Amino acid sequence: MTLDAVLDTAAGVCLVAGALLSLAAGVALIRFPDVLSRMHAAAKPQVLGLLLVLLGCALRLRSGVDVTTLVLVGMFQLATAPVAAHMVGRAAYPHDDIRRDLLLTDELAGDLDRIRADREAPAARAS
Amino acid sequence: MTTHPREPLTRRVRWRNRAVAVTGLVTVWVLLWGTFTWANVIGGLVVAAVLLVVFPLPPVTFAGRIRPVPLLRFLVRFLWDLVVASAQVAWLAVRFGHTPRGAIIAVPLRVNTDLNLTLTAEALSLVPGSLILEADRATGTLYVHVIGVRTLDEVERFRRGVRELEERIVAAVGSAEELGRFHQPDPTGAEPVDLEGAPT
Repeated sequence: MTLDAVLDTAAGVCLVAGALLSLAAGVALIRFPDVLSRMHAAAKPQVLGLLLVLLGCALRLRSGVDVTTLVLVGMFQLATAPVAAHMVGRAAYPHDDIRRDLLLTDELAGDLDRIRADREAPAARAS
Repeated sequence: MTTHPREPLTRRVRWRNRAVAVTGLVTVWVLLWGTFTWANVIGGLVVAAVLLVVFPLPPVTFAGRIRPVPLLRFLVRFLWDLVVASAQVAWLAVRFGHTPRGAIIAVPLRVNTDLNLTLTAEALSLVPGSLILEADRATGTLYVHVIGVRTLDEVERFRRGVRELEERIVAAVGSAEELGRFHQPDPTGAEPVDLEGAPT
């Protein structure tokens, strides 16, 4: 087997694995019970799936210009996915969409008012 | 844990922060173009300068230094955790007749700096079964939603996992003073779990 064939095979494996992980993320989005568990699905298998697809593309394309763009896509995905998940989680938290019966413990409930109040008045704390 | 005051940065630190930001922005610019030419570098410098003037960055205190070996250890472990987390969530998704249970826990970090809080939260969101709901900057506490836990024992094990992750990050980029904080009990003693953070 030539080097090209080996790289193409590796690229194919990465692409299929990445696609399967993204599929699993999609299934999880439908099947998980509440918004918080769904965010797990959006933050993890999806990110790794995308990274694998990017790796597969990089192995297949093998040219500097394309690879640098793919590296950037991966970097920004890693940097932004957790922030997006955090924002959705924060917006969803005190509402009824969350299945409290599925929570073993909730240590945020007690502190929530204090944290939100702190955020409303950052100037008072910073001085 | 009390807040240590975030004193204004010195002139030297501000310039260093700006230099780091410019380097990062130029790197992104060159990567976007895909080829390393002087025209790209100069164009990147101009764009970076304009960006920093128009959108000034919030001050970040970076007191530590980068240690290559712990950084590598953190990165390898992070990638491994990412794979495990993805497999776990994917497995939960395709398993029939099972509703995953969760928990929301508060984890006070021992090094309360913006940089550490951000890095830990980012890494935590991508590793097994955790998602940041709230970050309390005043006390340096992260509120984490955990998925796939069944017992309170598992919740405690998870809490220790978060503290070990924080330790790996501080070992990679923290200062010696911050690192030393892991080997002594929390001075306030407010949180008994603090004592369990076993040094690795």
